[in-house]
Amino acid sequence: MELITPAFGLIFWQTLIFLVVLFILGKFAWKPILGALKAREESIEASLRMAENAKEEMKNLKSENEKLLAEARADRDKMLKEASRLAEEIREQAKHDAKTIGDKMIEEARTSIENEKNSALGQIQDQVVELSLQITEKLLKKNLADDKAQQGLVKDYMKDIKLN
Amino acid sequence: MNNFLSRNIFKSLFFSVILSFFLLGAGTSARAADQEGGNKTDFIMHHIQDAHEWHFATIGHTHISIPLPVIIFEVGHGLRFYMSSDFVDEHHQGIEHDGYYIDAHGHLKSTDESLTYYDISITKNVASLFISVMLLFGVFVTIGRRYKQDPLAAPKGIQSFFEPIVIFIRDEIARPNIGEAKYERFMPYLLSVFFFIWFNNLLGLLPGAANLTGNISVTLTLALFTFVITTFSGTKDYWKHIFNTPGVPWWLKFPLPLMPVVEFIGILTKPFSLMVRLFANITAGHIIIMSLIALVFIFESVYMGPVSVLFGLFMNLVELLVAFIQAFVFTLLSAIYFGLAAEEHHHEEHKEKLGKASA
Repeated sequence: MELITPAFGLIFWQTLIFLVVLFILGKFAWKPILGALKAREESIEASLRMAENAKEEMKNLKSENEKLLAEARADRDKMLKEASRLAEEIREQAKHDAKTIGDKMIEEARTSIENEKNSALGQIQDQVVELSLQITEKLLKKNLADDKAQQGLVKDYMKDIKLN
Repeated sequence: MNNFLSRNIFKSLFFSVILSFFLLGAGTSARAADQEGGNKTDFIMHHIQDAHEWHFATIGHTHISIPLPVIIFEVGHGLRFYMSSDFVDEHHQGIEHDGYYIDAHGHLKSTDESLTYYDISITKNVASLFISVMLLFGVFVTIGRRYKQDPLAAPKGIQSFFEPIVIFIRDEIARPNIGEAKYERFMPYLLSVFFFIWFNNLLGLLPGAANLTGNISVTLTLALFTFVITTFSGTKDYWKHIFNTPGVPWWLKFPLPLMPVVEFIGILTKPFSLMVRLFANITAGHIIIMSLIALVFIFESVYMGPVSVLFGLFMNLVELLVAFIQAFVFTLLSAIYFGLAAEEHHHEEHKEKLGKASA
């Protein structure tokens, strides 16, 4: 019976001291400990989430980079194609132009040759006429001493003229 | 490695010296009792119970004990202070002092029957209580300060020993039993009560120490704390479940309020079981260890020595486990009671259940 009879004094002290324990430990131990544990867990969770986000971002960045790269490559290809097309065009144009110019020059040359030829022919004709006239004059001067010969000659000429 | 070994050897040496001192103390007091014609196992009850002085050993007729303060609150006269040594003579026999004496059961009595007084002495258990609380403060305020300095730092030293236990109480006891919404407000009490019981259980295992958590007054007070907190955190649903339990046939509640009475008794049996469980477990452990030692004196044979030492050692190791388990059980049950009281029921869910039951 002795063992299971509560003693007033011990209950008194136990109550008093346990209240002090609750107060002191609650204020100076459990509050900082639980707070720190929570803070640590939150920071770990936040860090993990951040890492996850960073990974995601990295992935996005990578795919974006790839996209950019592909775009750039496509652009380059397009530009190259364009450039080669342009070059071809220019070359074609140049060829065409050169041909035109060449043709024109040839034409011009031909014309000028023709002209030169014509003028040269004209000059030759003139000279021929002059020479003929001089020859004729000389001949005339030598042959007109004889009337009969003159008359025969005139007659011949006349014949020719008629035929013309 | 060498240092570690030598430290271990030193520790075990220290421990065995203390242990032998304890055995010697227990043995000699038993022999003394024997010589005085007392029972060979009287020392067991003497150890289990509270006392006004802290008695370590009796060698021959010399008592090795620390006198403790005796404080008496006399109604109408105020406080009176004495020392427990005032109440014994040089042969350690009880004597009267200033109108008071300590009887054979260790109770403080007044010679004046008409006097109303309260004995609030610093007894062996109260002194032990002070020591354990100082230890608790020393350990946990130090740890708390370290957490305050750098909350995100990794725990080290003593901090890393207690942190998993704190997390265990939070995640395995409080959270699942009280619920995520309300567990935080009960954490300080649960942690305090757990470490208080655990520390005192362990201290009680030390040779010559008091049997604080095996004292009914202490477990009664702790159980009352749980009871008061449970009662004050009871929600409307909690009281409704007690006085008008839903889902129970009406004739169990009216005209004879059978269910309410049963439920109401339930409120009281919860702290009662807490009180008895802790008290009985710790006291029983102490009695078993003491009884194993007492075997030596009962058989009066040297061959009993190894038996009682081996069994005593085994029981001591078991008690180390019990010290933790009882602290855990007390905390767990407190958390369950808080959880029951603080629970908010979803009424829709209930109606659904009732509907199903009636269908």
